[in-house]
This record gives sequence, C-alpha cells and structure tokens, in this order.
Amino acid sequence: MSYVPDIHWGVMVIVLPLAGAVCCFLWPRRAVPLGLVTALGIVACVAGLGWQVVEQGAQRYAVGGWGAPLGIDLYADGLSLLMLMVAAVAGLGISVYSCGYFHRPDAKRDKAKHFWPLWMFLWAALNALFLSADIFNLYVTLELLGLAAVALVALAGGADALTGAMRYLLVSLLGSLFYLLGVALLYHGFGSVDITLLAERVEPSPVVWAAMGLMVTGLLLKTALFPLHFWLPSAHASAPAPVSALLSALVVKASFYILLRLWLEIFPFANAALAQLLGLLGAAAVLWGGFQALFQARLKMLIAYSTVAQLGYLFLAFPLANVIGWTGALYMLLSHAVAKTAMFMAAGNILYFGGHDRIVDLDRVVQRLPLTITAFALAGVSIMGLPPSGGFIAKWLLLEAAIRAAQWWWGGILILGGLLSAAWVFKVVGYAFTQSEVPHETRTVPASMEWTALVMAVVAILLGLFAPWPLALLEIGSPFGRENAG
Amino acid sequence: MSSAFLYALVGVGLFTLGLYALIVHTHLLRKILAINVMASGVFLVLVALAARTQGATPDPVPHAMVITGIVVAVSATALALALMLRVRAETGRAELAEESQE
Amino acid sequence: MSWDSALPLFVLASSLLPGLVIFFLPEERVAIRTTLNLAGAVLKLALVGVMIWGVFHGSHYETRLPLLPGLDLLLRADSLSMLFVVLSSVLWLVTTVYAVGYLEGSPNRSRFFGFFSLCVTATIGVALAGNLVTFLLFYELLTLATYPLIVHRGTDEARRAGRTYLIYTIAGGALLLIGTAWLYTLSGTLAFTARGFLSGLDESHNGVLVVIFVLLIAGLGVKAALIPLHGWLPQAMVAAAPVSALLHAVAVVKAGAFGIVRVVYDVYGLQFSASLGVTLPLAIVAAVTIIYGSMRALFQDDLKRRLAFSTVSQVAYIVLGITIVGPLAAVGGLVHLVHQGVMKITLFFCAGNLAETLGIHNVSEMNGVGRRMPWTMVAFTVAAFGMIGTPPLAGFVSKWYLGLGALDGGQGWVIFVLAGSSLLNAAYFLPILYAAWFKAPPDAWLAERSFGGRETAWALLAPPLVTAFLTLALGLLASAPFSPLQWARFITRLEYTP
Repeated sequence: MSYVPDIHWGVMVIVLPLAGAVCCFLWPRRAVPLGLVTALGIVACVAGLGWQVVEQGAQRYAVGGWGAPLGIDLYADGLSLLMLMVAAVAGLGISVYSCGYFHRPDAKRDKAKHFWPLWMFLWAALNALFLSADIFNLYVTLELLGLAAVALVALAGGADALTGAMRYLLVSLLGSLFYLLGVALLYHGFGSVDITLLAERVEPSPVVWAAMGLMVTGLLLKTALFPLHFWLPSAHASAPAPVSALLSALVVKASFYILLRLWLEIFPFANAALAQLLGLLGAAAVLWGGFQALFQARLKMLIAYSTVAQLGYLFLAFPLANVIGWTGALYMLLSHAVAKTAMFMAAGNILYFGGHDRIVDLDRVVQRLPLTITAFALAGVSIMGLPPSGGFIAKWLLLEAAIRAAQWWWGGILILGGLLSAAWVFKVVGYAFTQSEVPHETRTVPASMEWTALVMAVVAILLGLFAPWPLALLEIGSPFGRENAG
Repeated sequence: MSSAFLYALVGVGLFTLGLYALIVHTHLLRKILAINVMASGVFLVLVALAARTQGATPDPVPHAMVITGIVVAVSATALALALMLRVRAETGRAELAEESQE
Repeated sequence: MSWDSALPLFVLASSLLPGLVIFFLPEERVAIRTTLNLAGAVLKLALVGVMIWGVFHGSHYETRLPLLPGLDLLLRADSLSMLFVVLSSVLWLVTTVYAVGYLEGSPNRSRFFGFFSLCVTATIGVALAGNLVTFLLFYELLTLATYPLIVHRGTDEARRAGRTYLIYTIAGGALLLIGTAWLYTLSGTLAFTARGFLSGLDESHNGVLVVIFVLLIAGLGVKAALIPLHGWLPQAMVAAAPVSALLHAVAVVKAGAFGIVRVVYDVYGLQFSASLGVTLPLAIVAAVTIIYGSMRALFQDDLKRRLAFSTVSQVAYIVLGITIVGPLAAVGGLVHLVHQGVMKITLFFCAGNLAETLGIHNVSEMNGVGRRMPWTMVAFTVAAFGMIGTPPLAGFVSKWYLGLGALDGGQGWVIFVLAGSSLLNAAYFLPILYAAWFKAPPDAWLAERSFGGRETAWALLAPPLVTAFLTLALGLLASAPFSPLQWARFITRLEYTP
C-alpha cells in the first residue's frame, strides 16, 4: 500500500524546473521565492519518484503515449534515481546559496535576473538527461545542458569569464557533434536509438567501433578527462561561485553518466585495451590534476584542478570492470558532487568577504570566517578520502575492486591522489591557524551562504556513515547487472 | 556504391573539414563557422543514411532528428555569436586569449 | 536499541557532543565551556565505570551500524579495549582540568577545547573499535583532530611541526588503509577475534600476509613513533603542554601502540604471527627504538624534547612486551600501556608548570627549582623514578614483568635491552632531579608569574599531583583487584588459554 500518489513523478521532475524557468523569466522580481519553491518542489518530486522506484522497481514512461521509436521514453532505474538525487541535494543547496550570493545590496540586478531562469533551465535539462532512455534524447539534453552552463559561466562578466565561457562553448559543441555522429552511425546500423533495443541488437562491427570511438571521444571531451581537460579550470574557476559549484558537481557528471550507460548497456564488448586506456588517462588525471592544484595561486583555480583529478578517479573503474568498482566510481561521483559544491561555496564566501582568493593572503580572511573554513575542511576530508566521509567509502570500494581484480596499481593511484589532495587541503586549511592581525577591508557574508556551505560539507561527511542506503538504491534495475554476469 | 553512401561520405568529409578549421583558425567567427560546417556534415550523414534499403521509402525518424538538431544548432550559434561580441567588447579581440594567468 | 548496544555510543557521545557544542560557544563564555568540558569528562568516567563492571561480569556491549554491505561499523567493549578506555577517560578528566588552567586568558579557546574533545572521542573510538575498519576510521579521525591542537599557537614553528605531523600520519594512514583493504579481500572479515582470524587461511597466502603485516605495522608505527617513523614526535613538542600530554600519554602514541597490540593479538594472533616469523623482527625494531630513544634523550637540553625522546623509547616497551611470545611479557607490555601514560603525563604537566610559572624550558635552567616549586618537583621526581623503574613505582611493575617474560620466552637479550635502557633513563633523569633539588637557585627566574603565595595555579598543580599519586598507587597496589596489572593478566589469559 503506497502513501505516495501514483503519478508520473519522472515527468514532473522535468516539467517543474521548466515551468520554474519560465516563471523566473517572466517575473524577475519574484525570482528568488519562485526559484526556491521550484527547488523544493523538485526535491519533493525526486523523493516521490524515489518512492515509486523503490516500491515498484525501475520505471518506464512513454511521454504522450507515443512510445519508441517516434516518441520519447523516460526510464528511471536505481542509477538514474541516484543521479537525480545528487542533482536534487546539490541543486537545493545551490539555490539557497544563490539567494545570498546574487542579491547583495551592491550587485547588479541583471545577474540575478538571468541566473534564476538559466539555472532552472539547466536543472530541467539535467533531470531530463538522467531520465532519457534513448541516445538521441541524450544528445538533445546534453546540448541544452551545455548551452545553459555556458550562459551561466558568462554571467560573471569580465574577460576571464567570457573567454572561459567561449572556450567551454566551442568544446561543448564539438563534443556534442562527435557524439551525434556516433548516434547517426548507430541508428543507421541498427534502426533504433532506444538504449534497450540497441543493447539487444548491437554486435561488434567496424561501424559500431567507429560509433563507439566518436561517442566516447565526444563524451570524454565534455567530461574533461585528461588530456581533454584544458577548458575546465578556466571555465569553472571564473564563473560565479554557485555556478562553479553546479558545473563541477553536476554538469561534468552528466556526460560521464551517458558514457557509463553506453559502456554498460550498448558496448559491453568493448575490449580491455580501451578500458585500460581510459584507466590510464584517469590515473594521469588524478596525478596531473593533483599536482596542478598544489601549485595554483588562486583558490578557485585550485578547486577546479582538483575537479580534474577527481574526475580521473571515476575512470579507474573501467579497467576494473566489476560491480564493486562501478559502485565505487558512482559513490565517488556522488560524494565529490556534494563535497565540491561545499568547497566552491566556501571559496565563494572567501571571495565575497575579502574580495580576492589569492591563497597566500588567505590568512587574513579565513580566520574571520570560521564556519566557511570548517566547511572547506570537512569537504576536504571527503575529497582526500579520509574517514568518515563519502570519499572514504568510494575510495575503499575502488581499492577493494582493484585488489580483487588483481590490478593493485590502480589502488596505488588512489592512494597517491589522496596524498596530493591532502597536501593542498592542508595548505589552505593551515592558514586558519596563523596569527595574522592585519586589518583588512571586508564585507559581511550573509549567514545563509556560510551555513549552506557548512551543511553541504556535513552531508559529504554523513555520506560516509550512511552509505548502505544509496548503495541499495543503485541495485534497483541492476544497472551493472550485465557486467556482473559477464 | 549507392548515392546515399556517397552523401554520407560527403557528410563525413564536411565534418573532418570543419574539425580541421576549428583547430587551425584563431578568429572566433571562423571557429563558429567551422562548428556549423561540422554540424551540417553530421546532418547530411543522418539524412543520407535514412535510406536504409535501396528504393524503399526513407525512414522518417532521422529527418525528425535533423530538424531537432538544426534547432539546437541555431540556438547554439546565436549564443556563440552573442558571446563572441561580448568577448570582443571586453578584450578588444575576437580571439581566445592564450592561457595567460595559468 | 537496548542499553547494551547503546552504551558504547553513549561513551563516545559524552565527549563528542560537548565538543560540538563548544565549537559554537563564543570565546568569552568560559564558565559554560568549562562546565561542559568537565561534565562530559565526569559523565564519560561514570559510563566507563558501568561498562567495566559489566565487562567483568560477562556483559557484551556492542554497537553495530552498517558501513558497507558486509562491513559494519562495530564498537565493542572487550577486556583489551577497556584497558585503553579507562586510561583515556581518567587522563582526559585530569588533562581537561589542567588545560583549563593552562590556557586561561589565551585566544581561540573554544576551538581548542572543541578539538580537544574530538581528539578524546577519536581515542575512545580507537579503543572500542571492534574491527579493523572501525579502528582505521577513528585512527584517521584522531589525526584530523590533533592537527589543529598542534598548530594551535599559530607560530611558524608550530605550523612546521603540524606539517611534519601530517606528512607522517597521513602517509601512515594510507599504508594502514592499503593493508586493511587487502586483508579484507583475502579474509572477507575484519572483526577482531581473540587469537586472530587469519590462521585458517590457505598457506599459499602466507607471503602476502607478511607484506600486509608490514603495511599495517608501518601505518601504526608512525603514531607509535617506532624508529624510523618517530620524526614527528620530537617536533610536535612545540605544542602547548596539555596537548603534549595528550599526544604522548593519552591519545596519539597510545593509539599507535594499541593498534599494534590489536593487529598482533586479534588480527593475526600471536601464535600465527610467530609462525609467520614477523614477531622477532618487530621485537628487534622495538628494542632498537628503546635504546635509540634513550640515547637521544640524553643529549637534549630542551626539557620537553628530552621527554619526547623518552616517549619514543618508553612506548616501544609495549611493542616489545607483546612481541616476545609468552604470557608474562605480554602482561608487562599491556600494563605499560597504562603505566607509561600515567607517568609521562605527570612529567609533561610538570614541564608545563615550569614553563608557565617560571619561564623555564631547558634542563640547564632548572637549578634549584625544587625550592621554588616543591610540589611540582615532587610529582616530577615520583614520575621520573617511575620511568627509571624504581620499586615500588608503576614503571617497576612493567619492567619486572617484561624481564620475567623475556627469560620465560627464552629471549635473554631483552634483559640487556631493559637494563641498558634503565641505565640510560637514570642518566637523563637523575641530573635533572639533582639540579632541581640540590643546586642553588638563580637570583631571578626567567619570567616569573605570581600566584599569590602559592607556587602555581591550583588547576595546574592538582593534575600532576593526582597522576603522581597514581604512579605510586599503581605500583603499590598492583595486585589489588581491578588494577591495570590484574586486568592485563585477565587479557593475557584470554590470549593464551586455547
């Protein structure tokens, strides 16, 4: 007996943010309450969908009753649900944070005016992407996501942000086109874009290899896997803080999600050499991103490079190719999303308070923002992968998977990456303990911004203590099931 | 070799040409044009390969896809052009600055 | 959740919750903060009292929370954990009183006491951990909670020490993590079991098990300051005296030593470790550490640095005791876990008193200090004699059992190590005592603070006197029921009776 109304929550999850975007656009003066209400509504709908999926198993909707191949199908299993939840949690935090961030007394009104509709639009694209059941629909949502994200980066104004946004846009379009060409080849070969149908029909052939190469390349470009990460740091670091948070936490994960889906469902026969290559690139990303982070002069750049490193971890699961490994990679994705949101928020607070984010001059700022630096430190614990935190659980699972697959060297990369992260986290946190009495011109940070950052960081820690729940969700519809058998 | 296959090859050719132009040209307008050429190439492949079997009625689904794709491409181009103008207004050049501060 | 399964959580919460509240207290709310601190410490002591009574009468206190599928967060009160829990909670109370006095009027006290409470929470967690992954969790938490205490003063020197500490401990934690995960893939379980859970594995794994043993011991040896992993400890003495007390006697070093005991007894099992041939090398490392630490201590003029090297040496006794196969040596090693804590904390309290009251930091400045601060120096003297191993003090009991155990286990060379170490202990403690009591005091002290006729503040004087008294009592009453010695025998019986 279900206490939750049996409506199409999956559709609501997409329609609601779209409606929110339109409303925020039409009534910019009411954008904050409208945005917050929408955010809460989305969280409620995701919860409703979660209930439905937990109670009844994986869900499939044919929007408008058309069904594949002409209509649009939505599909929700444990993996989609988990991604939607990550987006809901991080998205709610980002919405609350943005209230303070964009509505400071001296800010230009038009930034807030543009932020809310774009953000709601991005959220809708993101949710639609996680629910898409066909590879063309994935293309459309991916493209919409990219456009909204670029516009949000450009919102910061200034040369850095605009060039960052421009480069991001070109890379994003390029990636999408590669992906789309792959879609064209697959459709030609097998007459469907539906993932389930393709999974049944696709067999190794030169066309499939070409399609796979194109799609994987496009998605890697968008996921910023080393050495295709060149566009990420400038785009992520120059955006306004809440935008940086949502880019690092959610947007790059979307293309990874597609890659994972394709890899598991359509290309399960992908050969081990390619998987090893992805693992190697991931390992290079972990080390390179970690080193670069260590030598950055600006805090937001540092955090952006850490995103490059953390994305590398996700690819370590490919060569391991066992359920524990995939679970570990997804848990890494989940905890990184939450922790990185907290970290960018903390950086945003520091920038807001002191007007700069030069790391060497941080001591004058962080000592007067205890909540913010606590948030940074707690998020750092998760990023380093120290217990108790979501990052630790993820690292444990990946380590276990590496040892079980008798490929212990990936475990070594995990450990090295953790040490590098520890080096830069403590480099920053150490400034909280200096004795600096230099007076400094400052601006008071709204309490909501400090507390949101802290709450997000605490969530990242709690993910380490309540791991069985999200992990149980992942088993619904057994997205990794085929892998398990094979 | 069917004519459809020839069209598809031309599409792939356009894609590659666009990719080449995107990489070598520095001016943003040229880069945006290059992206558009690439997109046209992909659309050509999609339409051409819609004729799955010789002589039969072509599959309508790729056509729907191409229309969607064109809509997306147009909006992306609009955004890119607007952004290019802003970059030019801000930096005085319609080019991507070399990584200066990194 | 029943009382039996909630008690370990309550014991943790009694320091965790006050700590979290203290973080948010404004700096000037001294009374509330002190009340919270002391209430937490007393409450913890009471809960631990209930627990020890229960454990002795056969109750099983066990909290189990799922951490991952197949892997639980397990808190369990067994006889070995009680030894460490009691030590930490008693010394926490004493150290809290001391810290309140020591830090009076200094900045950032809410931050300090918040982390102080977290640190003790982590230590109790280490003690109560029922499996290796829970142990690892609290062990890393301990690293994170102690770092802010070490760098608390914010000077460049303190930050350097903090950095060194982190480099050592985080690297150590990484080794421990690899070892733990690897072990888990082999055995499928990590729960501490009397006499270990690995002896049933296939013999073909023995090579790997030796590697894992080395990883685990290296990870734990960092905190236990076994050479060559001891480098952070002497540097960390720049921290405030209560922190040093905590590092050396209650929390960090002890957590490392305790972990080694756990790994040898409850993961590998003593017999199985011996059959793998890993105990003798570990015993040799411990013996070298004992001698090396004492030698280095001899040449330090900075009093706290001398005490730090003394810790390096003394903690290795614990490792030495448990790696000599034989019940008597094990009793000596385990009981030294407690005895060393009580004695060393006394010494650090006294060193802190000298620095706070008279500005004395070096041994060469201690001439005649016994006349100016007689009670402090009485406590120092008792603890120093205890360290040397003079009967009837606590240190004597440990060394006696270690010596007997070495003979019993046919490891005669250990006697020479013990004797050599005792001589060295005497060589670096007795000159201090001689100078303090028999040399003439200088005309003026370096930086004297007046406490209205008393030698120093009550909050600074009472803790070392209490712990010095304990040093005496633990020696004199070693055979009384519930003494650490009896408890160590109780544990050893479990490990040795099949």
